[in-house]
Amino acid sequence: MSEYQLQEVPVGPYKHLVSERAISGETMLLNMGPQHPSTHGVLRLLLELDGEVIINCIPDFGFLHTGIEKNMEAKTYQKAEVMSDRLDYMNNMGNNLAYVMAIEKLVDLDVPPRAQALRVILTELQRIASHLVWLGTAGLDLAAMSVFLYCFRERELILDIFEMVSGQRMMVTYFRPGGVWRDVPVEFESAVRNFIKIFPKRIDEYEALLTKNPLWLDRMVGIGKLDAATALQHGVTGPMLRASGVNWDLRKVRPYCGYEQYDFNIPTETKGDTYARYIVRVQELRESLKIVEQALNKLPMGPVRSDNRKFVPPPRSEIGTSMESLIHHFKLWTEGFPAPKASVYSAVESPRGELGVYLEGDGGPKPYRVHWRTPSFDNLSVLSKIVKGHLVADLIAILASVDIVLGDIDR
Amino acid sequence: MDTRLEKIVKVLQEKAGATYEEFRGEVHVFINARQIADALTFLRDEHQFSLLSAMTAVDYWPQENPRFHVIYQLTSLTQNLSIQLRVPVNGSQPKVPTVTRVFEAANWREREILDMFGIEFEGHPDPRRILMPEDWDGHPLRKDYPLGYEEPQFTFNFEEIDVRKPYAKE
Repeated sequence: MSEYQLQEVPVGPYKHLVSERAISGETMLLNMGPQHPSTHGVLRLLLELDGEVIINCIPDFGFLHTGIEKNMEAKTYQKAEVMSDRLDYMNNMGNNLAYVMAIEKLVDLDVPPRAQALRVILTELQRIASHLVWLGTAGLDLAAMSVFLYCFRERELILDIFEMVSGQRMMVTYFRPGGVWRDVPVEFESAVRNFIKIFPKRIDEYEALLTKNPLWLDRMVGIGKLDAATALQHGVTGPMLRASGVNWDLRKVRPYCGYEQYDFNIPTETKGDTYARYIVRVQELRESLKIVEQALNKLPMGPVRSDNRKFVPPPRSEIGTSMESLIHHFKLWTEGFPAPKASVYSAVESPRGELGVYLEGDGGPKPYRVHWRTPSFDNLSVLSKIVKGHLVADLIAILASVDIVLGDIDR
Repeated sequence: MDTRLEKIVKVLQEKAGATYEEFRGEVHVFINARQIADALTFLRDEHQFSLLSAMTAVDYWPQENPRFHVIYQLTSLTQNLSIQLRVPVNGSQPKVPTVTRVFEAANWREREILDMFGIEFEGHPDPRRILMPEDWDGHPLRKDYPLGYEEPQFTFNFEEIDVRKPYAKE
C-alpha cells in the first residue's frame, strides 16, 4: 500500500518556473488534473499555492496528442479531411471549413453559391452548439446544474440537423473541397426554421438564470482580468480577445463564404474579465442566429459542388454514360488530385478564435505539411498570467471562461 | 501585392537582405535567422503587426541545406494585413534565435517546434517538450521519422501479435 500514498510533486523540472519560496518549501506545489472534472479534458495544471492563493500556474498537456498533423501527411487531400473533425470536437463543421478552404486556396477551386450559403448556416449552427456546451459546462463548474441541462437540450436540436445533412452527429466531414458532400434533404429548412423560432426564447431563459444572478456575478465579475495588449502578445483571439476590447473577427474583417452579405454585429466588451467573456459569448449566440436566418432566407438554388472534374468526383449518373467521368472518378479515388508545390495559410473564425491551416503541397496527391493553428493553444497560454493572485476556486471560473478544448490543443 | 506590403518588403530587402515570393496573394519573405528577432520587432513596432498568428516549421529532408523552414505568420489588426516570414535552417544542429521577447505567443510555439522538429531556439526561457512525453526519443514531424502503426489482430494471429504488443508496464 505504501507506494500508492500521496507523493509530493518534484520541483526539479519546474525550478525555473516557480518562485524561490517553492524551492525552499514555503509554498506548496499542487497538481490539478489531468483527471479533474473542471479542467474540461485531460489538462494538468501544476499550481504553486500560498495558502489558497495561486502564485504560479504551469499548464501541462499533450495527453490527447494523436499526431494528427503527421497522419494527415500520409493521406491524400480528401482522405485527410476526416482527421480534421477530430481536432476540436466541439467545432467539427468549422474545422472542415478551415481545411477545405485551405485546399481550395491551394488548388484554386471555385465553390458554388448554394454551397457557400450552406457552409455559413452549418458553421453558425456549430458555433451556437459550441457556445452552448461552453455555457453549460461553465455553469456546471460554478454549480449551476440546471443551465447545463437546458443547454444540452438545445444542442441536441442542432446535432439532429447535422445528422440529417451528413449522417453523423459530431464527426460530420460534410464540407468537401469544392462544395459540400451532397445537397441538404427537404426537411432541412423546416428543422432550421423550427430552431430559429424557439431558440431566442431559450437564450432569454439562460440569461434570466445567469446574467443578473448574484452568485454568478460574485464568481465572475472582476475575476481573471486580461488587457488587450497582453492578449495580443499571447496570440489570444476570438471571444476572449473581443471581451478585452479588440474588435477583431475574421468573419467581418476578411469575409469568406459570403459573410459580407449578412448583417450582423461583433459583440465586444471592454472589461476583459470572466463576466465580459460570458456576455460576449451569449451575445454571439444571438448574432449567429441572425446570420443563420438571413442565410436561410437567401439560400440560392443550384449545384452544391464545383463541376471542376479534376478535383470533384462526378455524380453517379454521369459515370454510367461518360467514359471521361469514369476515368475521373477512378483517378480521384485511387490516386487523389495533385496540388502545386506551394504553401498557403488560410484562417477562419472558429467559436474559440482564429483557426488557421498552413497547407503545403509538393506537386503530389498528399499534403507535404499541414499545420493547425488552433485557437485553444494560444488562448490557454495566457492562463498562467491571468490566474496569478486569485484563489483556486477562481481558477475554475477563469478556466471555464477561456473555453479550451483539449483536442484542439494537443492535436 | 498590396502597396503597403510592398513598402515593408522593400525595407526588409534593404535592411536584412530578404527575398520574397508571392502565391495566391500571400507574401512570403525569406530572411536570415540572425535577423529574425529584429525583423519581427520592426514589423510589430513600426507597422502594427501585433499578432503572431501562427508559427510552425517544415522539414525538407533529405535536402540538407537548408533542411527546415521556420515560419512566422503575422497579422496587423489595424491595417488588416498579413505577412509571412520564413527562416531557412540547416540540417546539422538546427538553431534559431528565440523571439519570445518580441511575442510571448512564441514561447509555446517554439517549444512545439523543438518537440516536433528538434530545432533549438537559442535563449528560450523554458526549453522543454510540450506535447510528447519528456523522455520521448526523436522528433515526430521530421520527415525521416517513420509514421508508426498498430498491427491489426485477427483470430488466427491474435496471440502472436499480442506477445510483441507494447502494453503499459506495471
